[in-house]
Amino acid sequence: MTTTTPARPSAPPAVRRRQPGASRRQAAPWGFLAPAIVLFVLFLALPIAYAVYLSFRTEKVSGLGLGSGSRTEVWNGFANYAASLADPEFLASVGRVGLYGVIVVPTMLGLALLFALLLDSRRSRATKFSRIAIFLPYAVPAVISSLLWGFLYLPGVSPFYYVFERLGWDVPSLFSSNLVIFAVANIAVWGGVGFNMVVIYTSLRAIPSELYEAAELDGCTQVGMAWRIKIPIVIPSIIMTFVFSMIATLQVFAEPTTLKPLSNTISSTWTPLMKVYRDAFIRGDLYSAAATSVIIALATFVLSFGFLRLVQSRAFGQEK
Amino acid sequence: MTTDAAETALVAETAGDRPGPVARGGRPARRAPRTGHRSAGERPSGTATAILLVGALYCLLPVLWVVVASTKSGSELFSTFTFAPSTHFVENVSDLNAYRGGLFWRWMANTALYAGVGAMLSVVVSAMAGYALAKYRFRGKSAVFNMLLAGVLVPGVVLAIPQYLLLAQIGLTNTYWAVLLPSIISPYGIYLARIYAGASIPDEIVEAARTDGASELRTFAQVAMPMMAPGLVTVFLFQFVAIWNNFMLPYIMLGDDKLFPLTVGLSGLLNQGASQPALYTLVITGALLSIVPLVALFLLLQRYWQVDLAAGAVKA
Repeated sequence: MTTTTPARPSAPPAVRRRQPGASRRQAAPWGFLAPAIVLFVLFLALPIAYAVYLSFRTEKVSGLGLGSGSRTEVWNGFANYAASLADPEFLASVGRVGLYGVIVVPTMLGLALLFALLLDSRRSRATKFSRIAIFLPYAVPAVISSLLWGFLYLPGVSPFYYVFERLGWDVPSLFSSNLVIFAVANIAVWGGVGFNMVVIYTSLRAIPSELYEAAELDGCTQVGMAWRIKIPIVIPSIIMTFVFSMIATLQVFAEPTTLKPLSNTISSTWTPLMKVYRDAFIRGDLYSAAATSVIIALATFVLSFGFLRLVQSRAFGQEK
Repeated sequence: MTTDAAETALVAETAGDRPGPVARGGRPARRAPRTGHRSAGERPSGTATAILLVGALYCLLPVLWVVVASTKSGSELFSTFTFAPSTHFVENVSDLNAYRGGLFWRWMANTALYAGVGAMLSVVVSAMAGYALAKYRFRGKSAVFNMLLAGVLVPGVVLAIPQYLLLAQIGLTNTYWAVLLPSIISPYGIYLARIYAGASIPDEIVEAARTDGASELRTFAQVAMPMMAPGLVTVFLFQFVAIWNNFMLPYIMLGDDKLFPLTVGLSGLLNQGASQPALYTLVITGALLSIVPLVALFLLLQRYWQVDLAAGAVKA
């Protein structure tokens, strides 16, 4: 008996002793999960269900709309969705955020990857200082960073305009309608590059050094090593940072809301989420705001799952 | 191959997490400390260092500016050179202290409360859930995990409006609870905690605690929690920063400015500044003071992360 299972000589007594705890063992994980599940249902699942419910409802006004009984909630089918999708303000905000994402995500991740590779390269100096400095903006809330950059964009305050003026250049205001999207994008890049750099850098540090030694023996340069070894290995990290950046981009809200008082080119429907906020809390039209937020949530899901599926079949498909 | 969409994400995420941000916690680092690696004697590259320093300067620029600007008086702000310091810092701080009976400090205290208590509770909830998902086999486990994982990808901010409506029905909007309660649940924190628990708690140790007669709860609290601790520090910091930086949730939930966190308070102050430029110096001084605690925490935390990496290296 013991000779057939030499690796686990104590197995039979352990099994016998485990018996009384078996049912307890089935209940325990649910006990540990209970707080998370309750909070998940209350603050994630239920709000989503409620938003979906509201998105199919509307308020019907009878008579003059005065008095408590004159407004009743009724089913509205897909009318809210149709109205949302046909709303030029919404479509404009989606287009704007699409362009914004095309600017922000590649720039931010490109810089994050570049900095991470440079931090990891043995030929760089001042790496500790640079790492802390580039990571620092992560500690600054988007509202505060928008506020700081907002002042730096004002021609009266900005050092850039000061220099341009001395040089006699006539540079258009960053708050003009063509450039304001870059002004907002810069804030997002500034705030996000350090965090993504640290994520990629951490995965670079997990690469076993034997790989480098082998590559060095083969006469591989630092740049060659970055392209052929480092980048392929950190691709999964880059994919995840890409997905999270994409989700964050679709819900951009704090930056343009903070910049709004400094610039008259940012409307109250500048991004889809700003439009949701305005519809719900300024216009009091919860139903169309709910429909719009369901559309944003669905779009986010489709984009992030679609992207993960795409890269999974490309990058991870052959692993199975 | 999996066909379910959530499963797809799961596979990609698990592939992604291997060298990902989680490597900071309990996962052993496979490479020797960098110092030895570098002394291998490669000549330094000026270009590489210069690019890093330009990046560092770009990231420090607004912070340097706010330090300088907080020393300027309201008129100097728009008249002197951007980075020319002045002497009005103390005056600006006392103006800020005087603003509506020290309302700014109240915002600071509120922010600390939301972020500190919220992140602490979040860590406890995430650690328990992560431990259960990593160390038990039970029916419905993968369903629960996929549900939570889908939560990672839910655009959290889209939830704010239905959350407001639901909390309004039980009369909790415009209270501390309105910001605190939704901040406790963090699918990403649970996801990280599950990875930490899986990587840092050997099954044999859990089994040993059980055979010694420890209850499940005690095994978790006294055996598993300490082993997960380095990873849980990371979960805490993620959540702390997320709550500290959150804008939309408190912006929607709160009407009373005595309950505001810094982000909502300063944003409102900037809004008023559009009509009263005298408030701009208050906004700028407030912005500086509001980033000091988090920057200080980060510099401290930087050391924590290095200790963390070193601890991982020792384990390997």
